Amino acid sequence: MDWSLLLQLTLNGLIVGALYGVVAMSFVLIYKASQVVNFAQGEFLLVGAWVCWWLLTDWQLPFWAGFLFTLAFMTLFGMILQVVVLRPLIGEPVISVIMATIGLGIFFQALMKWIFGVFAKPFPPIFAAEQVSVFGLQVQTVYLMSLGISVLIMAGFAWFFTASKHGLAMRATAFDQQVAQSLGVSVPKVFAMSWAISAVVSSVAGVVVGVVNGVSSALSFYGIKVFPAVILGGLDSVVGAVLGGLIVGLLENWAQYIDAEWLNWGNMYTIAPFYALILILLVKPYGLFGTKNIERV
Amino acid sequence: MSAALETAVTAPAVAPAPPLLEVNNIEVVYNDVILVLRGLSLAVPQGRIVALLGANGAGKSTTLKAISGLLKTEEGEVTRGEVRFGGERIDGTDPHLIVRKGIFQVMEGRRLIADMTCLENLRLGAFTRSDNEVKRDIDMVYSYFPRLKERTGLAGYLSGGEQQMLAIGRALMARPKLILMDEPSMGLSPLLVKEVFSIIRKLNEELGITILLVEQNARMALSVASYGYVMEQGKVVLDGTAEALATNEDVKEFYLGGHGAERKSFKNLKSYKRRKRWL
Repeated sequence: MDWSLLLQLTLNGLIVGALYGVVAMSFVLIYKASQVVNFAQGEFLLVGAWVCWWLLTDWQLPFWAGFLFTLAFMTLFGMILQVVVLRPLIGEPVISVIMATIGLGIFFQALMKWIFGVFAKPFPPIFAAEQVSVFGLQVQTVYLMSLGISVLIMAGFAWFFTASKHGLAMRATAFDQQVAQSLGVSVPKVFAMSWAISAVVSSVAGVVVGVVNGVSSALSFYGIKVFPAVILGGLDSVVGAVLGGLIVGLLENWAQYIDAEWLNWGNMYTIAPFYALILILLVKPYGLFGTKNIERV
Repeated sequence: MSAALETAVTAPAVAPAPPLLEVNNIEVVYNDVILVLRGLSLAVPQGRIVALLGANGAGKSTTLKAISGLLKTEEGEVTRGEVRFGGERIDGTDPHLIVRKGIFQVMEGRRLIADMTCLENLRLGAFTRSDNEVKRDIDMVYSYFPRLKERTGLAGYLSGGEQQMLAIGRALMARPKLILMDEPSMGLSPLLVKEVFSIIRKLNEELGITILLVEQNARMALSVASYGYVMEQGKVVLDGTAEALATNEDVKEFYLGGHGAERKSFKNLKSYKRRKRWL
């Protein structure tokens, strides 16, 4: 047994899992607030990462400035997408809405390839020291940044949904749109806001992954990884999304360890989360944290 | 019920000042075809409690939704007539904007956000406000409903009476000028009904909030209201001061139940005689 490899992979799992969790959270946000299954979630990462990359390389902006501009851009991007594409589809069958988001995904995937090319491009280096040592383990600085940002976003979500009135309004809209309106909440605004926040948060994850691995269309795979995470956690639970993300991240890396040590199949990394997904859904069909409605009879 | 009661013989109630809420001859249509209200008019003066009575399906809830704009969320529409609030026309306005004008509807069945705590529900009531007195108002609500303060769990697990109190408290958080209350007594024990109505009266007296009250429990409603309307099939068929309505023979028969010697036997009512017997 290679203990240091196992430890290293566990750490990787946590870091990658936290990112999955962040993306899954933003997916759940859209699903909860506006009942849209967003198949273009991965493209949010892609667009955000490319925009940031473009600002840093072509415009030579310092990282913090490029990053802030990216966030501002993604806010508008998410909002406009909701208003232009999804608002007219309110009240249409679920399948039409799903087709629309799949279409959006394909469109932005192709658009990014057309503008920026098909090859992965690295971000300019952000940190002076590439690696730091944590408890004797060599960890890339960007990974630490990634973990820090993920935790920060999660704390931000927790604050937003319990302490801010717009977060409460969003939860109310998710629970019952008519009641939300009777309280003075504008439902179209909540929809637009949920898409804006989701796009921003996803793009942060996109930038982080881009900094680590370089920017390429592979980023949109995160949108697919979100599904096991989200379904594991329960489609409508933000906490579940985070835990689902962590579980998927850890499973991937542990599966890779088992694969490398004993099996040598070479593909466990990708499929392990889905096996786990099936097993968990057999026992808990709502996912780990999916809410069954509270009913008083 | 044909005999329209002359607008109160001894009514100093309706002063010449224009009422806070005025509904003029409105017609409401659902899904473009179903005509629910056919020329309904009513007025709610500032600072009063007005009761709206009627049987199931008479259109009471629809009237409230026409005022609060929530009709829009149910494919309904005011197709004729007008609703004026403080002189300003509000029919056709989006419900979330009407809340900002000062009309708050407490919907039938409380409709709390079941997966939020009491406190979160209250804070949500203040959504339209941007001042920093929300905390003070929460304490004010707790002073009216002390037992809500002890409830820290989810609103979905509160008892029926507590849920109704929370629904009213949530309405207060918006600092409305007019509260539209739909069936506050629904599903409550007689004791709790009494408690809720005494609180409704207190809110009206102490905070000066105008209330339009829809109720099945006509006796209770008329005991707190100063004026009342009786609806049937989408129209007002009778109106008058609460005292006049409470003593009106038709109202007594249909909504309050007969009294003493004049009590009618159910046997004499045709609909009961015709009903099939099982034993």
